[in-house]
Amino acid sequence: MSGNRAGLTAVPARGLFLKRSRFAGNRGFLVLALPLALFLVFIGYMFVYLFHNGLGVVSWRFLTQPPVNGMTQGGIWPCIVGTVLVAFVSLVFSVPVGILSAIYLSEYAANNFVTRGIRSSVRSLAGIPSIVYGLFGVALFVNAFHLGLSILASGLTLGLMNLPWIIATSEEGINAIPGSFREGALALGATKWEAIRHNVLPYAFPGMLTGALLAVARTLGETAPILFTGVTYYTRNLPHSFMQKFMALPYHLFALATQHDQIMKVRPLAFGTAIVLLVFVLALDALAFVIRMRVATANRWQV
Amino acid sequence: MAEDKILVEDLNLWFGDNHVLKDVGFRIPPNAVTAIMGPSGCGKSTLLRTINRMNDLIAGTRVTGRIVIDGKDIFADDTDVIDLRKRVGMVFQKPNPFPRSIYENIAFGPRIHRMGNRSDIAERVKRTLRHANLWDEVKDRLHDNAFSLSGGQQQRLCIARCLSVEPEIVLLDEPASALDPHSTARLEELITQIKQDYTVVIVTHNMQQAARVSDFCAFLMLGEMVEYDRTERIFTKPRDKRTEDFLTGKFG
Repeated sequence: MSGNRAGLTAVPARGLFLKRSRFAGNRGFLVLALPLALFLVFIGYMFVYLFHNGLGVVSWRFLTQPPVNGMTQGGIWPCIVGTVLVAFVSLVFSVPVGILSAIYLSEYAANNFVTRGIRSSVRSLAGIPSIVYGLFGVALFVNAFHLGLSILASGLTLGLMNLPWIIATSEEGINAIPGSFREGALALGATKWEAIRHNVLPYAFPGMLTGALLAVARTLGETAPILFTGVTYYTRNLPHSFMQKFMALPYHLFALATQHDQIMKVRPLAFGTAIVLLVFVLALDALAFVIRMRVATANRWQV
Repeated sequence: MAEDKILVEDLNLWFGDNHVLKDVGFRIPPNAVTAIMGPSGCGKSTLLRTINRMNDLIAGTRVTGRIVIDGKDIFADDTDVIDLRKRVGMVFQKPNPFPRSIYENIAFGPRIHRMGNRSDIAERVKRTLRHANLWDEVKDRLHDNAFSLSGGQQQRLCIARCLSVEPEIVLLDEPASALDPHSTARLEELITQIKQDYTVVIVTHNMQQAARVSDFCAFLMLGEMVEYDRTERIFTKPRDKRTEDFLTGKFG
């Protein structure tokens, strides 16, 4: 009875939709295109504003000199070094752990509610606010592991933040490999690991690398996790061990923009720092994009 | 009939609740081509994939009965599945070369089974490709990607890859279904040739192909073995009405 009634209402509704589809299509286009245009204007404005105000200070000296005269002059070399070191530590930690976890989840874990629970936990980890990671980093790495405020503690904290992204993209990369590669190897008497090692991972690797690059690009600009775990306002020298405090681009930007006692004077330096940070992030994104494109053209089975 | 190479007895297989193979039993002799034919969905590929236990990979599979190869039940607890799959090679419906060079495709199996050093393996690759009638076509492009070969060549490469680890039995799952007539003819020629050294089991829904290449023929329908006999007997004097109907094209 109720099924009939639903059927009766559904038919005229569909007819109405067909008659109006052209108009509805155009309206749909407008509804979708307007926010996009707005978004592009906004992004464009941000870039123009940033480069207009900051490009003047970006020079070779700016990139290669430490800040001097109470940070009102000089450059951001120690911040670049610090950011690169922290990113390095985070990758060294999160890439192997993430890839191994992804291999386990997609290849070895039974498809039961425990695995599904783990998978959705990993997904929700990606949504945890970065400041929570920061606090967790203090508790675990700085205090419990006695790493102190250091590059290592910050790097590990960022690595932890990367982890859900790297696990998710790696698993995606593994699942994108045709089952026939694996089957072909198994049918030859390869063990499960041999099939994965020789016929899945080599082809999934570029996808994993792309995911890792995007993850690290995301965390490069993170301030909260490093704020509690090792970044500092100013260091006299470049760090010479992973156990030292360090300067980093996002925190330096924060300091110049809000904490400095001569804010107006250092404003161009802040804009310059923002440009460098942005270029770093975009360069990593571009690299990931290039790798993905090259692999897509090299792997003909994906066509 | 010579001593059986493979003996299938009371074989039942379920995918979850789906009863796919029902009390299947037959004997496969060595050094001959045995064809399994039947309409789509009759379970012939599943039967084939049971012989090297590829169905183990599918969750929810349950098997009862026996498959005995050289006097040993492959479902016994002490069966080494890896060793079983080395002895019972398989070629799939769609050519599935690995996306690397022709050479690497053939060298993969011998390498994982540690069948000698670098020069032994190079020698084995050459011998295998010769054996599979592919050598003359690929000898100048061994290091080209296997995807650069034609579909028929890819499938013969897959047969060569299967032969590279010296199996005793070769299972072919509709190997010509994606190929043109010319490539099919070359493939069938190869199948007829390798039966001197191997026991070949081929699944096909193409009865002409079964008639051309096989010595023995099994007809499977809805998971049941309807008839099994010498090929010429099946095609000339089928005992079961259903076999006759299938062969005369009344369904299929």
